[in-house]
Amino acid sequence: MERIPVLRMGSLLLITIQVDMHDKLALQLQDDVTERISEWGSTGVLIDISSLEIVDSFIGRMLANIAGMSRVLGAETVVVGMQPAVAITLVELGMSLTGVRTALSVEAGMELLYGNAFTGSEDEQRTEA
Amino acid sequence: MSSVQKREVLPVKTSNDVVIARQKVRQLAVELRFSLVDQTKLVTAASELARNALDHGKGGTMTVEVLVNGARSGLKMVFEDQGPGIANIEDALKDGFTTGAGMGLGLGGSKRLVNDFSIETEVGKGTRITAVRWR
Ligand SMILES: Nc1ncnc2c1ncn2[C@@H]1O[C@H](COP(=O)(O)OP(=O)(O)OP(=O)(O)O)[C@@H](O)[C@H]1O
Ligand SMILES: [Mg+2]
Repeated sequence: MERIPVLRMGSLLLITIQVDMHDKLALQLQDDVTERISEWGSTGVLIDISSLEIVDSFIGRMLANIAGMSRVLGAETVVVGMQPAVAITLVELGMSLTGVRTALSVEAGMELLYGNAFTGSEDEQRTEA
Repeated sequence: MSSVQKREVLPVKTSNDVVIARQKVRQLAVELRFSLVDQTKLVTAASELARNALDHGKGGTMTVEVLVNGARSGLKMVFEDQGPGIANIEDALKDGFTTGAGMGLGLGGSKRLVNDFSIETEVGKGTRITAVRWR
């Protein structure tokens, strides 16, 4: 079955959405993320949407759902890499993605999440890595 | 008066049809040399309206037309279904109004993403939504 891979990177889950999403894939991804979080005890979820050419209300709802479910399980979600044209369109569509944190790049997203997972300093972060 | 240069009808019966409808709109928007932001707006509107035809209208069709009006060209998208119709258009267009599990953004949002937008609907008969963006 077609599936969006959920990778483990230390305490984070890394998801890169590259395909044109449809219902089954989105639901499967929500299930997979929650299962992985409880299995691996992940504290952060990074979703890279830089290859997505549009984000409609369906995808927006999926992102919000993943963020909401992850939060209940103790993991923060950051959505990274939204294309500028997508961001402009989202605003006009009226979708504010409340409750979903965003960052420009995977690196920036990781910084956000590690800052979250380890309340310590940058040095501590490096020892972890 | 604008003339129709090209016309295609696609089914909107499955969620994969919604994907194909998006790809068709993207292809035509690129051919018409819409800016990237305008392409994104058109494809997003198509995605919302096709999904509505599928989820609320029990499936239907999307007709796409390339319009030429003097020096202007545009892309017209018509979504038709024989579903339950929309009882109150004004309510349906309001952000946050939904009779399903959605966010209630698709209809009002896609209206904002295009230049011309019209809804013809009859309860028990179906719905036809027309959206045009000019470049
Ligand atoms: N083709 C249609 N046939 C019948 N009813 C429709 C149709 N399109 C929209 N509606 C009605 O209008 C409401 C608002 O539509 P809109 O697309 O804004 O929100 P939604 O589809 O419920 O949620 P979202 O699009 O945010 O996921 C729908 O809940 C539905 O009741
Ligand atoms: Mg909708």
